[in-house]
Amino acid sequence: MKKEGKMHNTLTYVMHHWRLYVFFLGPALLLTIIFRYLPMGGILIAFEKYSPFKGFFGSEWVGLEYFKQFLSSPDFISYLVNTLKLSVFGLLWGFPVPIILALLLNRIESSKIKQKIQLVLYMPNFISVIVLCGMVRILLSVTGPVNMMFNTTINFLTLPEAFRPIYIISGIWQGAGWASIMYTASLANASQELKEAAQIDGANIFQQIKAVEWPAIKDMVVIQFILQAGNIMSIGFEKAYALQTDLNLGASEIIATYVYKKGLLDGNYSYSTAVGLFNTVINLILLITVNKVVEKMNDGQGL
Amino acid sequence: MEAKKKKKSAFSRYSAGDKAFLLVGYVILALFVLAIIIPMVYIVVASFMDPITLQNTGITFDLDKWTLTAYERVISNAQIWVGFKNAVIYSLVFTFLSVAITMLCAYPMSLEDFKGRKIFNVIFMITMFFGGGLIPTYLLISNLGLLDSMWAVVLPGAFSVWNMIIARTYYRGIPGELREAAEVDGANELTLFFRILLPVCTPVIAVLCLWQFVGMWNSYFDAMIYLNTASKQPLQLVLRAILIQNQPDAGMIADMQSTAERARLAELLKYSTIIISSLPLLVMYPFFQKYFDAGIMVGSVKG
Repeated sequence: MKKEGKMHNTLTYVMHHWRLYVFFLGPALLLTIIFRYLPMGGILIAFEKYSPFKGFFGSEWVGLEYFKQFLSSPDFISYLVNTLKLSVFGLLWGFPVPIILALLLNRIESSKIKQKIQLVLYMPNFISVIVLCGMVRILLSVTGPVNMMFNTTINFLTLPEAFRPIYIISGIWQGAGWASIMYTASLANASQELKEAAQIDGANIFQQIKAVEWPAIKDMVVIQFILQAGNIMSIGFEKAYALQTDLNLGASEIIATYVYKKGLLDGNYSYSTAVGLFNTVINLILLITVNKVVEKMNDGQGL
Repeated sequence: MEAKKKKKSAFSRYSAGDKAFLLVGYVILALFVLAIIIPMVYIVVASFMDPITLQNTGITFDLDKWTLTAYERVISNAQIWVGFKNAVIYSLVFTFLSVAITMLCAYPMSLEDFKGRKIFNVIFMITMFFGGGLIPTYLLISNLGLLDSMWAVVLPGAFSVWNMIIARTYYRGIPGELREAAEVDGANELTLFFRILLPVCTPVIAVLCLWQFVGMWNSYFDAMIYLNTASKQPLQLVLRAILIQNQPDAGMIADMQSTAERARLAELLKYSTIIISSLPLLVMYPFFQKYFDAGIMVGSVKG
């Protein structure tokens, strides 16, 4: 009886508020189902020998063959290592920079100067990946200003060992200022009274940061860390691809670029899907693990 | 004068050790700002150089060596303008669709008593962590007959769960009385939404518009895989040919006699293309700066 009443309630609610479902939720739900959930069904081709002519249902079932194939290939292992190195080092070098920038900005008393600095710091975020990589290629080219300055003729973009530093430094150059916004905003919420009290108590700058600023940004730091660490495997295609040259592939071929080349350039749909799926699953496991670890360290507070 | 005095007193509150530490901090900040500005200024100055001077001696401030050749060539090139036009269309359509769908969807999702909210939330959240990947999505787009169409670039990413969460958080911050007053009047959800809610959401709408516009304007991957016809390519793909692949549109350099001349010119064109293509966003974003804080609500993603 009770259950029936509940059903009835829900029905009245939906009838009464049908607009919420049709006009408000409808478009988003439709897009999500078509462009997010339908492709998930398409993952099945990772387990068959997919041929566009035989179609999704007519292709031969091969199980885990493609997974075995790439997991036993030394090339794949090196792409996996490239991906991990690129994002782990990127995270380790890049993560603290916006925090430091925000703490420094917070110590600038004049809001006018602060705003001008912020304007500059945010600027690179609005430059496209292509332009950024174009600039990198120009500045580091054999006849470019960097080589001219040191009177050398090093072709940085052909050196595998230069790829990661280029990628990471240009990433910090472009993104650190923008990423500092979140910390700056959190710092704005830090109690001004607390800060003044700490100053009157004669606390030095480290003690002040520990007592006033750190508590204000701690939550944001934790969230950002979980999100970024959890996304280690989903490092973007666009920049790595735009900084690739035939000669630096040893360091610059990552899973995302490999999936693209294998799948869309070579037409090896099933193999490529299998690699992509592997990547997604690893990423998911990482995210859950990082969240668990942070929860433990942060008194049960995770994402 | 007053402000200067105040600033001085704020700084003088610090102890000698703290002052030294702060100065080091300011120097680091200044270096970071310079590191952002210098490459940009270099590109700007270099874009006015005569190609031979640039190659042999680098940039100079001797104005006799400055020329507008590169700009004339880029501006008179049709492919660049086609790219511009496409980028404007795609970015505007994408921004409008995306922000509209997101703001609409976020509204019921922000209501405590919305029936089915939890289920829909799970449906949306899953897509943040798991997806079909490149090939299944590509096959779907292909099966839908969207290959080589603007919709392939614009539709799949039009609903962003992340942005929905930001908008939802914003709605929840709006005082409930506003809504209740309208409900008493017997207005339906649509009227309520457009008359009462949207007008107070300007900051979050502004931020989402900026993000989506910049995101679409600066991306190239989807356009690269889905659009084949040259006349449909957005600016970033045209830029990619010039900056990354060293293959400017033949018309831009064809009148040069020798290969060396063509190569020099192709190099010079890179600088002016960078400037021309980046200028619109770099000019636009400072006007949005005051809204940036609204986007920081991501901090309250939890829960």
